[in-house]
Amino acid sequence: MSEQKMTGAEIVLKALADQGVEVIFGYPGGAVLPIYDAIFNQNHIRHILVRHEQGAVHAAEGYARSTGKVGAVLVTSGPGATNAVTGLTDALMDSIPLVCLTGQVPTHLIGNDAFQECDTTGITRPCTKHNYLVKDVKRLARTIHEAFYVARTGRPGPVVVDLPKDVQFGTGPYTPPEHVEHKTYRPRVDPDMEVVEKAVEVIASARRPIFYTGGGIINSGPRAAELLAKFVRMTGFPITNTLMGLGGYPAHDEQFLGMLGMHGTYEANMAMHGCDVMVCIGARFDDRVTGRLDAFSPNSFKIHVDIDRSSINKNVHVDVPIVGDCARVLDAMIEVWNRRKFTSDQVALNDWWAQIGLWRARKSLRFHQDEGDDAVIKPQYAIKRLAELTAGKDVYFTTEVGQHQMWAAQYIPFDEPNRWMTSGGLGTMGYGLPASIGVQLAHPDSLVIDVAGEASTMMVLQELGTMAQYRLNCKVFILNNRWMGMVRQWQELLHGERYSESYSEALPDFVKLAEAFGITGLRASKKGEVDDVIKKMIETPGPVVVDMQVCKTENCFPMIPSGAAHNEMLLGPGDQGEVSEEGMVMV
Amino acid sequence: MPKIDEIIETHTIAVLVDNEPGVLARVIGLFSGRGYNIESLTVAEVDPNNNRSRITLVTSGTRMVIEQIKNQLGRLVPVARVTDLTDEGPSVERELALVKVVSTGDHRIESLRIADIFRARVVDSTTDSFTFEVTGSSQKLDAFIGLMRPLGLADLSRTGVVAIARGPVTLLTPAAAA
Repeated sequence: MSEQKMTGAEIVLKALADQGVEVIFGYPGGAVLPIYDAIFNQNHIRHILVRHEQGAVHAAEGYARSTGKVGAVLVTSGPGATNAVTGLTDALMDSIPLVCLTGQVPTHLIGNDAFQECDTTGITRPCTKHNYLVKDVKRLARTIHEAFYVARTGRPGPVVVDLPKDVQFGTGPYTPPEHVEHKTYRPRVDPDMEVVEKAVEVIASARRPIFYTGGGIINSGPRAAELLAKFVRMTGFPITNTLMGLGGYPAHDEQFLGMLGMHGTYEANMAMHGCDVMVCIGARFDDRVTGRLDAFSPNSFKIHVDIDRSSINKNVHVDVPIVGDCARVLDAMIEVWNRRKFTSDQVALNDWWAQIGLWRARKSLRFHQDEGDDAVIKPQYAIKRLAELTAGKDVYFTTEVGQHQMWAAQYIPFDEPNRWMTSGGLGTMGYGLPASIGVQLAHPDSLVIDVAGEASTMMVLQELGTMAQYRLNCKVFILNNRWMGMVRQWQELLHGERYSESYSEALPDFVKLAEAFGITGLRASKKGEVDDVIKKMIETPGPVVVDMQVCKTENCFPMIPSGAAHNEMLLGPGDQGEVSEEGMVMV
Repeated sequence: MPKIDEIIETHTIAVLVDNEPGVLARVIGLFSGRGYNIESLTVAEVDPNNNRSRITLVTSGTRMVIEQIKNQLGRLVPVARVTDLTDEGPSVERELALVKVVSTGDHRIESLRIADIFRARVVDSTTDSFTFEVTGSSQKLDAFIGLMRPLGLADLSRTGVVAIARGPVTLLTPAAAA
C-alpha cells in the first residue's frame, strides 16, 4: 500500500468523506482555521454555519436521529468546545451517534492557559461515550475512523476528537477506514440464545402481558421496528412506547396504547401497573417512566432487552436480562416463537384487552376546546390540528422541552421510526429549533416542524439566522402561552401557586422577529385562525415562524405526580392528587 | 435484620484497561460522577506488549450497586475485562506500606521487635528513625501501624490493595502473560 502524505487538515476532511459524512455543522475559530481552509478547497462535504456551537451539536443530533447515520460537528477550541457541552450531554443521554471535532491550541501550548485553551478532553469526558486528544498527525486518520466506529456501534453516543492546531498543519500518512478496528471495544450485539428461549417461554405463557419499548428500537434501525411490529402482532399483546421510542411501533395500530410514563396515557400506565409479564425492549426504566419505584409494576415478571448491560437492573430488578441489539434479539425471539409453535393464551388475552378497553374508555387525552371562531386556542387543539393537517405528508417533528413537548408526544401519531426528534434524557430547552435544521438538511424535500414553546425558542433564536441563510424548509411552531408552562404547572401543583420567575416577560413580537431575519412570520390568536395559519405555514416555502397564541393556564394531563405510582394518575385539573414529601424532592 | 438489598458488601475488582491517557480519569470520574465509593485503587502497566494496565480497586455498596459498578466499568471504551475477585473464587490480596518511626531509647527497640514479629524490613535507618517496609493484608498493615503509633509513628505511605485470583484463572490472556 502506497502511503499518501497529506496535511492534518486534509486528513480530517478525507477521513470524514470516507466515513460517509455529507454535512458537517460548525463554527470557525482560530484553532480550526486549517480545517476550514481544507473545507474551502473541497466539494465532498457541505459545511453548515450555525450561529452558536450548541446549535451545531443539536443540528447534528437531528441529522443523526432522522437518518440513523453519525452526525458530524466541527467547533473551535475553548469557548467553541464548552458551548458544545450541552449538546454532547444531550446526545449521550439519548444515545445519539455524533463525532464532534474540536480545535485545540498547539501541543506545545497545552496546559499553559493559552488563548482560547480549555481542557476539552477533561471537560467532555463525563458527557461523551469516549474522547480523544490527537497529539501526533500519524494517529489522526486512525483516530477519526475509530471515533466514528465507537459513536455508531453498541449503544451509540457522542465522541469528541480534540485536534491541536499543529497536528492540523503537520503532514502524515492517511489510513483508510477498513484498516481500523478498536483494540479493546467490542460491543455485544448477539443475545444468549438460552436466555431468549426462556424469555419466549414466559412470553407465551403470559396472561396480562405488555410490550414496553423505547429508543433502542429506533437506534437499532428500521428493521428492528419491522420485527417489533411483526412480533407484537404475532402475540396479539398490547404495546406502549417511551417518549424516545415513539414511532418504533405504528401509533395507528389497535394494539398501541400510546406513550407511557409521567404524561403517558391512562391505559398504558395502568397496563404497566397491572401486567403479569413485561417485555421491555430498548428502554431503560427511566424515572419519568417508572414513577415511584417501589410501586412500579409490582406483580410482573420482567424481561429486559438492552444493548447496554449497565442499563439492566439499574433502577428496577428484572427477571430475565438479555444483552443484545434489539433487531437481533427480536429476530431470535420470533425464530423461537415459530420453531416451538407457541401461541398466546387467547382467553386470558381477551380478558386483558377487555380490561384495557375500560381504561381506554376513560379517554385520558381528552381536553376541552371552546366552540366558536373567537375562542381561546387550547394548545392541545393546535397540536391536534397540526397533526391532522400534516397527516399523510412526508413530515418530521422536533420539539423543545416542556408542556408543548408532552402534548406533541400525546397528540401526534408516529407510524414509523426516525420521524420524531425530542430531547428525552437531558430535557434540553432549545433543542428542537437547531435539531430541525439538521433534519431538514438530511431530508431536503420533506417538511420539518419544530413544535416549540416561546421560552425554549428564546434560548436559541439565533439559529433562525441559519435557517434563513440556507432557506431551509423548517417550521417553528410556537405554542405561545407566555409562561414556562411546565415550571408553572409544577409551581401550581407543588408550590402553592407561587409563580416564581416563570412568566415569559418582555417577549418579542415573533412575527416581526421572523421578518427581521428575512423569514415568514404568522400568528393565530383565536380558534378560527388555527387551520388557516397551519395551512399557510405548510404552503409557504422556506422557514416559517408561527406564533400560536394559546391558553395561558392550560396544564398537561394525564399526569403521574412525582413520587406517585402508575395507578395514581391525575386525569385532569379536577383531580386532586397528594404529592408526597418524597415526591416533592424529585424533579 | 437488614434486607438483602440493604446489606453493604465490600468487593475487590480487577480491571484490565488500555494504557492510554485519561483512562484512570475515566474510571475515577465514573465513581465520583455516579456516587460510588472507592476504598482503595492501584494501577500499573502489566502487559507492555499490548499496552495494558491493571487497575485493582476495592469498593463497597449494595449488591445492586456492585453489579452496576462492574457493568459501568465494562462499558468504558478502553476497558478490556472486569473481574470481581470477591465473587469469583478465592483470591490473594496484598498491600505494602512504608512506615516511618521517629524515636529513641526503649521505643526504638520496641518498634524493631514488633517489626520482626510482622516480618517488616528496615529499608532506611538513622540514629533516631526507622523506615519499615511491611507487606500483607490490609488488616495486617492496620495492626502494624496501630502498634507503631505510640512508638513514634511519623510518616506513612500505603500502596492500596493489589489482588489476584488463586489457581490457574487469569485476567490477562496466557500469551500476553508469557
